[in-house]
Amino acid sequence: MNIIVCVKQVPGTNEVKINRETNTIVRESAEAIINPFDEHAIEEGVRLKEKTGGKVTVLSMGIPKVADLLRETIAVGVDDAVLLTDRAFAGADTLATSYALAMGIRKLGEFDLIICGKQAIDGDTAQVGPSLAEKLGIPHATYVRKIEEIRDGYMRCQRMTDDGYEVIEMPLPALITVVKEINEPRLPSIKGKLKAKKTEVKVLSAEDIGADLNLCGLKGSATQVIKTFTPVHEVKAEMIDGTAREQARTLVDKLLSMQFVKRT
Amino acid sequence: MINIIYEKCIGCGLCVRECPFNAIKLEDRKAVILDNCTLCGSCVSSCKPGAIDFQKDKADDSEDFSKYRGVWVFGEQKDNSVLQVVFELLGEGRKLAEALSVPLSVVLLGSEIEEQAKTLIAYGADHVYLVEDKSLENYNDESYSDIFTQLINKFKPEIVLIGATAYGRSLAPRVASGLNTGLTADCTELGIDPETKNLLQTRPAFGGNLMATIICPNRRPQMATVRPKVMKPLEADYSRKGEIIRPDVKIPENLQVKITETVHTVYEKVSLAEADIIVSGGRGLGDAKNFELVRELAEVLGGAVGASRATVDAGWIDYSHQIGQTGRTVGPKVYFACGISGAVQHLAGMSSSDIIIAINKDADAPIFKIATFGIVGDVLEVLPELIKEFKARLG
Ligand SMILES: Cc1cc2nc3c(=O)[nH]c(=O)nc-3n(C[C@H](O)[C@H](O)[C@H](O)COP(=O)(O)OP(=O)(O)OC[C@H]3O[C@@H](n4cnc5c(N)ncnc54)[C@H](O)[C@@H]3O)c2cc1C
Ligand SMILES: Nc1ncnc2c1ncn2[C@@H]1O[C@H](COP(=O)(O)O)[C@@H](O)[C@H]1O
Repeated sequence: MNIIVCVKQVPGTNEVKINRETNTIVRESAEAIINPFDEHAIEEGVRLKEKTGGKVTVLSMGIPKVADLLRETIAVGVDDAVLLTDRAFAGADTLATSYALAMGIRKLGEFDLIICGKQAIDGDTAQVGPSLAEKLGIPHATYVRKIEEIRDGYMRCQRMTDDGYEVIEMPLPALITVVKEINEPRLPSIKGKLKAKKTEVKVLSAEDIGADLNLCGLKGSATQVIKTFTPVHEVKAEMIDGTAREQARTLVDKLLSMQFVKRT
Repeated sequence: MINIIYEKCIGCGLCVRECPFNAIKLEDRKAVILDNCTLCGSCVSSCKPGAIDFQKDKADDSEDFSKYRGVWVFGEQKDNSVLQVVFELLGEGRKLAEALSVPLSVVLLGSEIEEQAKTLIAYGADHVYLVEDKSLENYNDESYSDIFTQLINKFKPEIVLIGATAYGRSLAPRVASGLNTGLTADCTELGIDPETKNLLQTRPAFGGNLMATIICPNRRPQMATVRPKVMKPLEADYSRKGEIIRPDVKIPENLQVKITETVHTVYEKVSLAEADIIVSGGRGLGDAKNFELVRELAEVLGGAVGASRATVDAGWIDYSHQIGQTGRTVGPKVYFACGISGAVQHLAGMSSSDIIIAINKDADAPIFKIATFGIVGDVLEVLPELIKEFKARLG
């Protein structure tokens, strides 16, 4: 089975400190990591390959430095790593990202399954997966927590819903996005680490994948960020003092008088 | 597309601090834009001397937008009843439609669901586009996105709002991608720019640490998923007049994607998504068995039980109860945080609650920064007193 896993580099923390005087953001420089959900996507890809044979390719669109992170994935069982990098990709929203990924995937050739993370923790949009599936004209299932069966041209999986899960059957090739419950990612092996060191990450430009520059990056993005600001939590907590008993009483008084908690 | 005008840069470093991506540094007292710049433009206004030259490429596909008119809401339904978030979107959609002087419509797909269309009109819809077929009884990505796309192409709304539910967040990107238009995820605030008439879509990013306002100026429709429990529904008015339209669409046959089984694992009397009151427990409970106190308070109040990730990781409670960035997002009327420190990732899932009550023995815990009422104390002492007090007063 030929599996492609889409991974994104994200900042290792999303703590944004706010300078209260200037009301600007002080970002502790944190190292970049692979989006945590994508680690689970990689693990699932590797497990499927171990079961059915074939190969796993990780694919990312990002800055040249992402190559280092991609190379590390070889150590957990990935076979090939491909990085789409080009100034023309900068500023891509989810539409332009999925366009570039789709062009990259077409360039890579035949595949059976694409696995994405549920969402990337920097933007939390969860849009690239379904959007990419549409661009490739293949079916998709989001929030997959278990693959029940997979074979040539067919898969059955469990997809989380708001109050449980449902079982979905679809033909391959298809795309799934995975949640954390699907597996526990393994640690890299020593042998894998050695192999990773020797592996060359394949780097492709917009031209290499035949992408239309008008559909890439900022230019190809339908959405534009016009303002960013730090949320101000102006509520000043009203502190309730006293013994546990007194605190409980005062709070209940307040809630009842505000009618947020109603007598039955 | 973004450049530092070397001569104008005074090396003050304000842009470095403004950049949410750490993509600017100072070199020899001049700002330098790094590779990881996402061209978000946040830095531009921070530069007093105007040394940041930032030009967004004008999209050349300035289509004729006058054909696009009206605000649409996706009428997500389950077991033949429309979800609460749809009514919330109608409440918000009404405001947008009025600001633009255009009609507000709902798209309702299902089987034998006409009754619900009347309710949608009572909650503010001018039109209900109703498509009924046995195959549409339950949500299916393939058939729903196909029909929704057909309808958008046919009737050309300028704005499309979809609840940010599990299904909504699967449907919306599929449809937007097919239409080659923009989509903003999980918005918490919407508005209309009075000058351009563009939809202003505000959403949290970086786990709620940063808010971003996003527009989709050059494509139509402008699409957004909207977080449940943030917008307010209107009072139902069953004397409102509206029109039910049964559009001519092609129902897809021989679906590739089949849903063969549906399993409910959240056996709560009140689901987290719908609860008006949520009582959540954190590591401060100290022990799995102390979660009983949280459950009991929730029970007394007719609320649902939530949890921090630390307790889920510790195996005290099932993941389906986790609130936060990697769990559920909720916005009840009252949220009790019991022994929860208030890490940003937790706040990302509950900060839009109307009233937040924090119980924590550490007076400096960050949760108090967003709490409405704060109790510094031991949860194991305060919770039993609260349960007793509520029982006595509500009983
Ligand atoms: C990528 C990422 C995603 C994450 N997603 C989530 C998420 O979705 N949801 C989430 O919740 N977290 C998430 N986290 C984890 C988050 O950063 C915190 O670690 C977590 O929320 C802490 O849980 P807690 O408040 O229960 O525990 P702690 O931080 O350990 O806090 C326990 C609190 O209880 C108080 N306490 C202790 N004993 C008592 C007592 N007897 N009485 C009263 N108070 C007491 C302490 O003072 C402390 O403030 C995420 C982290 C990362 C990196
Ligand atoms: N630049 C990218 N390169 C490769 N994969 C990506 C990229 N952006 C997003 N993805 C994939 O899409 C998923 C959802 O991302 P998002 O829509 O940004 O929340 C991620 O978990 C990745 O699997």
